[in-house]
Amino acid sequence: MSVLNLEGKRTVLELTVANHPGVMSHVCGLFARRAYNVEGVLCMPVGNGDCSRIWLMVNETERLGQMMKHLKKLEDVFEVGRHGADHEVFERLEAFFE
Amino acid sequence: MEMTGAEIIIKLLERQGITHICGMPGGANLPMYDALHQSEIKHVLARHEQGAGFMAQGMARTTGKPAVCFATSGPGATNLITAIADAKLDSIPLVAITGQVPLSMIGTDAFQEVDTYGLTVPITKHNFLVRSAAELLDVIPKAFCIAMSGRPGPVVVDVPKDVQLQMTTFDTWPEMGCEKPDVKIDDRVLDDMVEMIENAKRPLFFVGGGIVASGASDLVCQVAERAHLPTVSTLMGLGAMPCDHPLFLGMLGMHGALYTNMALELCDLIFAVGVRFDDRATGKVAQFCSNAKVIHIDIDESELGKIKQPVLALEADACAALQMLYDRLPQIARPDWVASVHRLKLDYPLAIPGADDVYKPYGVISHVAHALDDTAIVTTDVGQHQMWVAQAFPFRRAGQLLTSGGLGTMGFGVPAAMGAALAEPERTVVCFSGDGSFLMNVQELATLAEENLNVKIVVMNNGYLGMVRQQQTLFYGGREEGSLFQAQPNPAHIARAFGVPACDLGGVEDPVGMLHEMLSAPGPCVINAPIGEDEMVFPMVPPGAANKDMISEVTCERA
Repeated sequence: MSVLNLEGKRTVLELTVANHPGVMSHVCGLFARRAYNVEGVLCMPVGNGDCSRIWLMVNETERLGQMMKHLKKLEDVFEVGRHGADHEVFERLEAFFE
Repeated sequence: MEMTGAEIIIKLLERQGITHICGMPGGANLPMYDALHQSEIKHVLARHEQGAGFMAQGMARTTGKPAVCFATSGPGATNLITAIADAKLDSIPLVAITGQVPLSMIGTDAFQEVDTYGLTVPITKHNFLVRSAAELLDVIPKAFCIAMSGRPGPVVVDVPKDVQLQMTTFDTWPEMGCEKPDVKIDDRVLDDMVEMIENAKRPLFFVGGGIVASGASDLVCQVAERAHLPTVSTLMGLGAMPCDHPLFLGMLGMHGALYTNMALELCDLIFAVGVRFDDRATGKVAQFCSNAKVIHIDIDESELGKIKQPVLALEADACAALQMLYDRLPQIARPDWVASVHRLKLDYPLAIPGADDVYKPYGVISHVAHALDDTAIVTTDVGQHQMWVAQAFPFRRAGQLLTSGGLGTMGFGVPAAMGAALAEPERTVVCFSGDGSFLMNVQELATLAEENLNVKIVVMNNGYLGMVRQQQTLFYGGREEGSLFQAQPNPAHIARAFGVPACDLGGVEDPVGMLHEMLSAPGPCVINAPIGEDEMVFPMVPPGAANKDMISEVTCERA
């Protein structure tokens, strides 16, 4: 079993966001102040660097839908997508966490 | 054109139609004050940044348009925070522009440096740390657009001092910030809602601050009348339907009337518009309208299903949605339901003892209400007096009541009233306060005297933090810890020291005459209105209990 799926059902969120200091604190703060743990975070600029992509691995709970609605409300978040926990973006990283 | 960042800010505020800025200068925002010196915009000098924030809120709540406050870096910004958080919870459009230490010094623990951006992330709709003067051309209009679009809210723009001083050249002014168009309304959902309203036997209309914000109060009455919907309101929605409308059932929740909360128990459909199912309104959520299906319209998608799972939900502006719904709505008579609601109202009315006695809470409120007409604006502070006003003041106009509903900020009332008076100087503004709340922004009396605003402050004085004492009496065995004020400065004496006319109703021969005289004189005044120290706000739902479990008398004797 993957180390990234130790407990509960996981889901992977893909966010397209503005690229400036402070965006991460908006996104992570949203989860933190609702006591919703973020298990994994990846962030890199895309295209010409105006935008970034944030990959989040989170537990799937009944509050996830609410969290996604809140993410969509953030001015710096342009798109919110949802994938299964088996999305390869985190799978490929496993080697770095052994 | 060639201008400094500070000049760009002021010019953009002028173009935005801003007429007043409430604030306080300090080292890191002095360039903006220097630019303001040349401007037509009137600066209102607060005596504490929190006062400036609440004055701006008073303007925004009165006009429905974003208002602006200024503060310097560090303590200036932290002092604004309560007013910003308050605006977030009550969805008030506010643009707070703060000075910051120069970019090169950010992160060095410079003098009066604080992470304003970081501190305001959770309490704003959005915030900016501006990195160049050119960026301001984009950020300032955007700040207004965000503050007023969709569900309104506060926006912070943090501007480092060197950015304010930086010279930049540009060709044209940007468009001023304006409201983004509303989301398209799904009319199939509206058809389904109409059908559910038609089929319901015992529906209730549940309205809140969203009605006031979207200007939908006339539509609320039209919809309620056409479909015979008895209507309950949250604290923030008071005035959306006139208090004496035959279908109006008053404020629900913790200090609502018994009949109001009983009607909610009986209903089979809740038609909720512009409300967020706050815990003070719902009581224990699992038992809130346990027999009812919920249909919910709100402009904020994240409110739909947050607390109560609706059968039908619509993300829409209340005014637009209610207009479309009204156009589809047939006349629906419900003689039995309306009659049984009226019977409830007669059998379990809101008790307002002492309404004639000016030394009783409801008496003060009634006498003040008699001296005013519906054009007056009422603000409150927070505590017992706020709930007494919510219960007993005859609100007949949306936007007539300005109160800190979500955050519950003591100290809100006086500066918010001043903001209302700045925005609409032709109206009389009455601030109901308590002796606890009054002291929390008492320094703004200096600004009040300076601006000579038409604000009448009525301090309902019981020598206690009354709502705290009430909870101690009811739920903590009557052990009064920290709720009695041993030193009790007389509000009338305080006011006179600030140069504000004042009177004390205590022990005078004709207190009612004195009250009327003070309320009818132009300009500001402070009225000390002593009330009994044992007064309670009843009925009351104990915190955490279901709305049906209201208490109406003292069940635990004071120690």
